[in-house]
Amino acid sequence: MMIFGLSIVFVFTAIITVAGALAAALMRNLIHCALSLTVTFGGLALLYLQLDAQFAGFAQILVYIGAVAILVVFAILLTRGAGHSEYKDFSNRWFGGLALAAGAFALLAWAVVRSLPDNVTTGAAPAVTVQTIGKSLMSTYVLPLEIVAVLLTVALIGAVIVAMPESSSTKAGGR
Amino acid sequence: MNMVQKLDQIFVLLQHWVAGFFPLWLQPLVSAILAVVAIVAAFPGIFALTTVLERKGLGRIQNRLGPNRVGPFGLFQPVADGIKSLTKEDIVPLSADAVVHFLAPVVLVVAIFLGFAVLPVGRNMVLMDVDAGLLFFFAIGASTELSIFMAGWSSRNKYSLLGAMRAVAQMISYEVPLLLSSVVAVMITGSLSPVRIVEAQGGFTGILPHWYVFTPWGFAGFCLFVVAALAETNRSPFDLPEGESELVAGYFTEYSGFKFALFFLGEYLGMFSIAGFAITLFLGGWGAPFSFLEFVPSWGWFFLKLLGAIFFFIWLRGTLPRLRQDQLMNFAWKFMLPMTLLNLVVAGAWRFFGEGWLRWVVCSLVLVTAYVLLGRVLMRRQGLGARVYRYAE
Amino acid sequence: MTPLSAFLLVAALVFSIGLAIALTRRNAILVLIGIELMLNAANLNLIAFWRFGEHAAGHADALRGMMFAIFSIAVAAAEAAVGLGLAIAYHRHSKTTDLDAMTRMKG
Repeated sequence: MMIFGLSIVFVFTAIITVAGALAAALMRNLIHCALSLTVTFGGLALLYLQLDAQFAGFAQILVYIGAVAILVVFAILLTRGAGHSEYKDFSNRWFGGLALAAGAFALLAWAVVRSLPDNVTTGAAPAVTVQTIGKSLMSTYVLPLEIVAVLLTVALIGAVIVAMPESSSTKAGGR
Repeated sequence: MNMVQKLDQIFVLLQHWVAGFFPLWLQPLVSAILAVVAIVAAFPGIFALTTVLERKGLGRIQNRLGPNRVGPFGLFQPVADGIKSLTKEDIVPLSADAVVHFLAPVVLVVAIFLGFAVLPVGRNMVLMDVDAGLLFFFAIGASTELSIFMAGWSSRNKYSLLGAMRAVAQMISYEVPLLLSSVVAVMITGSLSPVRIVEAQGGFTGILPHWYVFTPWGFAGFCLFVVAALAETNRSPFDLPEGESELVAGYFTEYSGFKFALFFLGEYLGMFSIAGFAITLFLGGWGAPFSFLEFVPSWGWFFLKLLGAIFFFIWLRGTLPRLRQDQLMNFAWKFMLPMTLLNLVVAGAWRFFGEGWLRWVVCSLVLVTAYVLLGRVLMRRQGLGARVYRYAE
Repeated sequence: MTPLSAFLLVAALVFSIGLAIALTRRNAILVLIGIELMLNAANLNLIAFWRFGEHAAGHADALRGMMFAIFSIAVAAAEAAVGLGLAIAYHRHSKTTDLDAMTRMKG
C-alpha cells in the first residue's frame, strides 16, 4: 500500500509526529503542549518500530512517554500551573528564531534530497534480538554502559538537590 | 493430534479454520482480528464476573451478603450495572478541558488493551510473539499513568488533581520495584519474551513443576512483583488515590456514565493483565501444577490461575487497611527497592552455584536475613510500642 | 519499503520545529520541550541510518546505530530531569519562568 513510493503506515505516522510537534510549538496552554509532545513521542516510537528497531521503540515509549512526559507535566504544574500566563507566549524576537529554524530545515532538507540516490538498497532487517543487544552491551559497549549508569545516578542526585527546597525553612528532621 | 491436544489447541484450530475462508493475502489480517476479538470479548467478560465476585466476596468478608437480587445469587448484576452506566447522563464540568477530559478514558482503555497483546494465554495462544514482549508490556503500563494525570487535571477539581498526583507518584514509585522484580525471571530464562519464559518453566522433576515461584529468588520476586502490581493498579491496600472515604473518587470524580465505566473497566483490566504477567513470570503461565494434571488444556490452567489471583486480590482488599501516602513511598523506596536489588544478586548467585542443595540454602538464607534485618531497621525508626487494646466499658 | 530520505526529512522537520520552539517561546519548560524534540529527531536519524546501512553479519559493531540511540535516550532523560529541576528551582526563587525576564547575569 504505497502512495508516492511511501507506505501508507509511514505517511500516517509521520503526519502524527509532525502534527504533534507543531501543536507543541503553537499551543498556548502548557499542558496541551506537553500532551502533544507525548503524541510526538508515540509517533516516533512507531517510526522506530517501522525501522525494525523494536528495542529502541519500546525503550522510547517506556522512557519518554512513561517518564520524561510525566516529568515535564509535573514541572509545569509545580512552576506555574496551567492558568493564564502573565507574559506573552512568544518572545519579541520570534521572527529571528523562526527564520533560523526554517534555515536549518532548508539546509537539512537540501542535504538529504541532494545526496541520496533514489534507490538506496535496503538489505534484510538486521538480526537483532534482545540477546544480541545484551551481549553487545556487556562486551563492546560496557564502558558507555557504566558511564551512563554513573551519569544517571549523578543526574538523579543532582536534580533532587537542585529542586529541593532550602532546608532552613523546613523543620529539622523533616521528611 | 489426540483429543487432549485438540482440546488444548481448540482456539488456535478455530482461528485457522475461520481464516481459511479468506484469500491467502488476507489471512494474517483475519487471524489477527480474530485474536483481537477474542481478547476484547474474553477479558471484559471476566471483568463482569469479577465485579460480582468482588462485591459478594467483600460482602462476605464484611459479614454481609453482596448483591443478590439480579439473577441467581446476583450473578447478573454486571448487566444491570452496564445498563445503568450506559443510560446515565454524561456530565462534563463547564470549566473542564473538554478534549483532554474526553480523551483520558480512551487512552487508558486503549493502553490497557494493548498490554494484553503479549500475554501468552495458552500454548501457541499469544497475539504478538515479540522478542521484547515484557518490555512492551511495561512500556504500555507506563503510558497509563499519563491518562490518569489527564483525567485528574482536566476535571479542574482539586480532589481530582490531588488524587491524580497521588496516583501518578505512587505509580512511578512502584514501577521501579515492579520492573526489577521481573528482571530475575528474565535473567534466569535469558529472554524478554513471555512465551520463552513460560516454556522455560515447563519441565517437571518428579511431579513438581519447575515454576520460578518454587525457588528462593522466585518466591521473593513473586511476592515483590505482586505487591508492586497491587500498587501499580491502585488496588487496595494501595488505593489512596481513589480512597473513597477521603477523596470522593479521586481522579475520576468528575466522570459519570459510560466514561466512569471505562475507567472502572480499565482499572480492572490492568489488574488482570498484571496478574497475568505475574502468573507468566513466576507461576508457570499456562503450565500444569502437577505432571499428572497435564490433560487439562493450557488455557484452562491459565484462567484458573488468573481466577486464583483475582480471589487473592479481593481477599487483600477486604482485609488489609489502606496505606498512607508517606507509608506507601517509604515502603517503595526504602524496602522494596533494596529487596529487589538484593534479589537480583541472589538470582545471579543461584545461577553461578550450579545444581545442588547448596544454592538453595545460601540463597534462602541471604533473602530471609535481609528481609528480617531490613524490616527491623525500618520499623525501629517508627517508634511503635507494644499494641494496646482498649475495650468499651 | 519507505526510502531513507523520507525518514530523514521527517527527522529534519521535527528538528527544526524543536529548534523553533527553543528559540521563540518564552517559557523555560517549553524550551526544554524543544530540546527534547531535537534530541528525538537526532535519534530518529541514527536509527534510520542504522537500518539502511550496511551490516556485515557477525560484525561486532552491527548494532552501533541502535546502541547510540539507546544511550542517547538515557542521556536525554537525565538531561531533562536536571533541566526541569533547574526551572523549578529558578521559579521558586523568582516566581517566574519567563526566559526574557531572566536577565540577572546580563551586562
